[in-house]
Amino acid sequence: MPVDQSLVGRAYPTTAPHTVTEEGLRAFAAAVGGEYAGRAPATYPIVLAFEAMNAFLEEEGVELARIVHGEQRFAYERPIRPGDVLTATLSVAGLRQIAGNDIIRTSSEITDESGALVCTAEATLVHRGAA
Amino acid sequence: MSLPTQTYTVTRADLVRYAAVSGDHNPIHQDEEVARSVGLPGVIAHGMYTMALAARAVETWFPGAEVVSLGTKFTNPVVVPAEGGVEVVVDGEAKPGDDGLTTVSLTVTCGGEKVLGMPRAVVRG
Repeated sequence: MPVDQSLVGRAYPTTAPHTVTEEGLRAFAAAVGGEYAGRAPATYPIVLAFEAMNAFLEEEGVELARIVHGEQRFAYERPIRPGDVLTATLSVAGLRQIAGNDIIRTSSEITDESGALVCTAEATLVHRGAA
Repeated sequence: MSLPTQTYTVTRADLVRYAAVSGDHNPIHQDEEVARSVGLPGVIAHGMYTMALAARAVETWFPGAEVVSLGTKFTNPVVVPAEGGVEVVVDGEAKPGDDGLTTVSLTVTCGGEKVLGMPRAVVRG
């Protein structure tokens, strides 16, 4: 297994700044079939969280195709709007093995330019072991 | 209070569009062979796409309301056929609280089977 208990509590490098644009929010809303209403759709922060997760997987040498999403939670401090410049920092909150799979709990804090917390995105990733 | 049922059709083209905007290019959402090679029944929708449909239903039920939290487990895959689409059905039960927040307990099914585990949204208003 490429992942082990030593990862728990580790924080990964913060993602590059992501500027939220109206165009980007409209495209995201259109892709999920919703209407753009001046602020980000509720699941938009996954764009930041996913980038942070990719950096984590790359660093740990985990293949994306072996990852299945187990659980996702968002806690919002405020709506995301065009002009926000956001970054995400992922840390590993927990790790256990069930039936040959690694269950990795992660938490990504998404903050704005001033450093204020905008959203916490908690994801549980299931790393499917080789058959 | 029961909220009106929302039904959405999911196609492979939707998954391609979602991959582009979300940055999630995991091949299990595009490529039948890769999906099967890791033990999945076929190409599956991004869990986040299904969650986005649940959020879309909440937006329809509570237009303009601020979402305070949103969470779910992904319990069963939504298998998306190469031709045509598959229907995802979203139901909800709203419980207004004393604190000005309304908790929405959702039920999201595909082919009569629950695909999300305990999906829940909390909205202001």
